[in-house]
Amino acid sequence: MATAAPPPRRRTFRLAPYGFLAPAIVLFSLMFALPIGYAGYLSFRKIHIQGLGLGPGSRSEGWAGLSNYASALSDPELLNGTARVLVYGAMLVPVMLGLALLFALLLDADKVRLRAFSRIAIFLPYAIPGVVASLLWGFLYLPTTSPGYFLLGKLGMSGPQLLSGHGMYVALANIAVWGGTGFNMVVIYTSLRSIPAEVYEAARLDGASELQIALRIKIPMVLPSLVLTFFFSLIATLQVFSEPTTLAPLTNGISSTWSPLMKVYRDAFVRGDIYSASATSVVIAAVTLVISFGFLKLVGSRAYGEQQ
Amino acid sequence: MLSMHRRIALGLTAAGVATALLAGCSSSGSTSSAGASTQATASGPVKLTYWAWAPGLDQVVAIWNKSHPNIQVTVEKQASGDDLLTKVITAAKAGGAPDLVQAEYQALPTLVSNNVLADISKQDGSASGKFAAGIWKQVTLGSNAVYAIPQDSGPLMFFYRKDLFAKYGLTVPTTWDQFAADAAKLHAADPKKSLTTFSSNDAGLFAGLAQQAGASWWTTSGDTWKVAINDAATQKVASFWGNLVKNGTIDNQPMYTPAWSKALADGSQLAWVSAVWAPGVLSSSAPATKGKWAMAPLPQWSAGENVTGSWGGSSTAVTNNSKHQDAAAQFALWLNTDPTAVAALVKDSYVYPAASDAQTGGALATAPDFFSNQPDFYTSAAKIAATTAPAAWGPNVNVAYSAFKDAFGKAAQNKSDFVAALNTMNQATLADMQKQGFKVAG
Repeated sequence: MATAAPPPRRRTFRLAPYGFLAPAIVLFSLMFALPIGYAGYLSFRKIHIQGLGLGPGSRSEGWAGLSNYASALSDPELLNGTARVLVYGAMLVPVMLGLALLFALLLDADKVRLRAFSRIAIFLPYAIPGVVASLLWGFLYLPTTSPGYFLLGKLGMSGPQLLSGHGMYVALANIAVWGGTGFNMVVIYTSLRSIPAEVYEAARLDGASELQIALRIKIPMVLPSLVLTFFFSLIATLQVFSEPTTLAPLTNGISSTWSPLMKVYRDAFVRGDIYSASATSVVIAAVTLVISFGFLKLVGSRAYGEQQ
Repeated sequence: MLSMHRRIALGLTAAGVATALLAGCSSSGSTSSAGASTQATASGPVKLTYWAWAPGLDQVVAIWNKSHPNIQVTVEKQASGDDLLTKVITAAKAGGAPDLVQAEYQALPTLVSNNVLADISKQDGSASGKFAAGIWKQVTLGSNAVYAIPQDSGPLMFFYRKDLFAKYGLTVPTTWDQFAADAAKLHAADPKKSLTTFSSNDAGLFAGLAQQAGASWWTTSGDTWKVAINDAATQKVASFWGNLVKNGTIDNQPMYTPAWSKALADGSQLAWVSAVWAPGVLSSSAPATKGKWAMAPLPQWSAGENVTGSWGGSSTAVTNNSKHQDAAAQFALWLNTDPTAVAALVKDSYVYPAASDAQTGGALATAPDFFSNQPDFYTSAAKIAATTAPAAWGPNVNVAYSAFKDAFGKAAQNKSDFVAALNTMNQATLADMQKQGFKVAG
C-alpha cells in the first residue's frame, strides 16, 4: 500500500497547474490570440469583383498576397499620420511627465497642507473618459462658445485659434496632459513614498537641502517609475484615437486619417475595407512592438540593472 | 517593480490592441436577429427584425403588429445611416442580417454590390406608380430589379431669417448669383455676420447641390462604371462655394457644432441651405428663433429654372438573409404606402414621405410648428419636391463622402482651391473602385 500510493499522487500534482492555467489560456486564445490571428489572415485577403459588382455572386473573397501591405506602406497618409502623432507626443510626453514629477515631488515634500485633497484633485481628471474630456475641451476651444474667449474679448484681445493649423497639436496635447498627469503623478508618488526615511536622514546629516535631496536622491531613485510612465505614454501616444476623433466634427482641421488608428477605423468602418485595415493594424502593431522593445532594451539595463 | 516578462506582456497587450480591436469588431456581426427569423414555424407567427434609426418607428410598427397578428415586426434601433451600412454588410456576410433594414438611397448600390439586399420586384405590386420617377429609379438602380421601397425624401430648399433679411435689405435669392450678392452685401454691412457657412462635414448637402446643377457622379455603360465626380456641373458648384469662402463672405466652419447652433440662434448666420427636414434641426439648435424663419425654393443656376437636389432620404429594404422575404416585402410596402402608416410616419418619425399622395393633405396639411408663420409650408414643399433632379449613386459613395470630408475640410480651412479638392475626391473614389477590382473608366 505504502509503495503504491506515490505514482497517482505525482500525476495529479503535474496536472493541477494546467487545470489552474486552463481558464487563462482558453480566454487568452479565444479573446486575444484568435482575433489577432484572424486579423492577420484577413490582411492577406481581398475582394474580387465581376462586372458591375451589382448582381448576386459578383463579389468573392480571395487571396491578395502582400498587396494590402504594399498599399498600406505606400499610402503617404499612414506616414503623415505617424509624423503628426510623433509631433503630438513630443509636445505631450515631456510636459505631462514633467508636471507629474513636479506634483509628486511637491506632495512628497515635508510641509504640505491639504496633501490628500491635492492628490485627489490632480488625479480626478484621469477618472473622466477621454471622449467626455474631449467634448468638454472642444466647447472651450470653440471661440463662440468658450467663456475664455468671451473674457479675452471683453479685454479687447483675441484668443489663439486652437482648432486649426498648429494650434491643433496644443489643443490635443492639452487634453491628454489634463487627463494623464494625475495618473502618472500617482505612479511616481507611490514610488517616492517607498523610499526609506533613513536615506533622507543621512542626506540631511550631510547638509543636503530639500532641493538637493529632490534632485540627487529622489529623482534617481524613482527613475524606474519614470521609465515605466514614459513607456506607457509612448504607447498611448502611438495609439491616440478618441481625442482627435471626438474633436474632428468640430473643425476642418482634423482629417479622418489624422492618426494611424483613425486611418484603420476609417478603412474598416467607413470604407468597409477590413482587409487593408487589417494590414495597416498589423503594421502599426509591429512598429509599436519594435519601438517599445527598442526603448526597453535601451533603458532597461540602466534603469533596472541594480535591482535585478 | 514589475518583473521583466510582465512588462513585456504589457507591451504586447498594448501593441496588440489595434489588431484585436479590429478583428473583434469584424467578427461580431452575427446577432440574435437571424435566430429570431428562423424560429418562426408554420404554426406560430412569422417574426421579422427591422434595423432602423428613424425616431418613433416602433410606434408605427406597433400599428402593423396589431392588425397583422401573423407577421410580427421588431424594430432594433440603430445609431445612424453611416454606422448601419458597415454593420449590416458585416452581419449579412455572417448570415445574421435582419429581415428588413432602413437604407439611405446613396447606400443602396453599396448594399446591392455586397449582395445584402433581395430583389423584391415580384412582391412589390404596383408600388412604382406611387412614387416620383426620380425616387423610384434610386431603388431599382436603373435595372428591372426592385431593391427597396422608398420611405422619405429630402428635397433641398432655402431657409432664411425673414426678420434679419428685412433688416439688412437682402432679397430672397432666386439665383445663385443673387445668393452671392446677398452674402457680399451682408458681409459689407456687418463683417461679423455671414449669410451661411460652407460645411465640410456632411457630403450629402454638396451631393444634392451638384445634383441640382446636373451632375451624374456615377454612370454605367455595359459592365463598366464611369466616375465623374469632377464633371463640369460639380466643378461649377465647387468653385462657386470656394469663391465665397475665399472672399470671406461666408463662414468656413462645419455644421452641427455648438458654435454653429449658436450662430443660428444669435443670428450670426442668416440662412441655411437645407432640406425639408430642416425645421426639426432648427427647432432643436435655435429654439428661440421660432417663427422668424421662412422657406423658399433653392436658388437656381439660371433665372427661370426650377430644379432642386436632395439631401438624405431613405428606403426600406428586404435582405437576402431573410427567411420570410414575402412577409418582409409586404410590411415594407405597407409601411411606406398605406395611408395610416404614412400618416404615423409623418407624425411619429418626422419624415417627409416619399409617396407622392402623402405629400399633401393628411398629416402634412398644417405647417411644422416651428414654421407656423408659413402656413403653406408643405404645399410649397410638395411643389419643390416635384422638381427634384435624378440622382446617380455608385457602389462606393461611402468612400467618396469620406474623401469629401478630408479634401474639402482642408480646402475650407486654408481657403484654397475647391476644384483641386474636388479632383482629390474624384481621384480617391476612382482609385478605390480600381483597387476593389471594378471595371471603371475615369
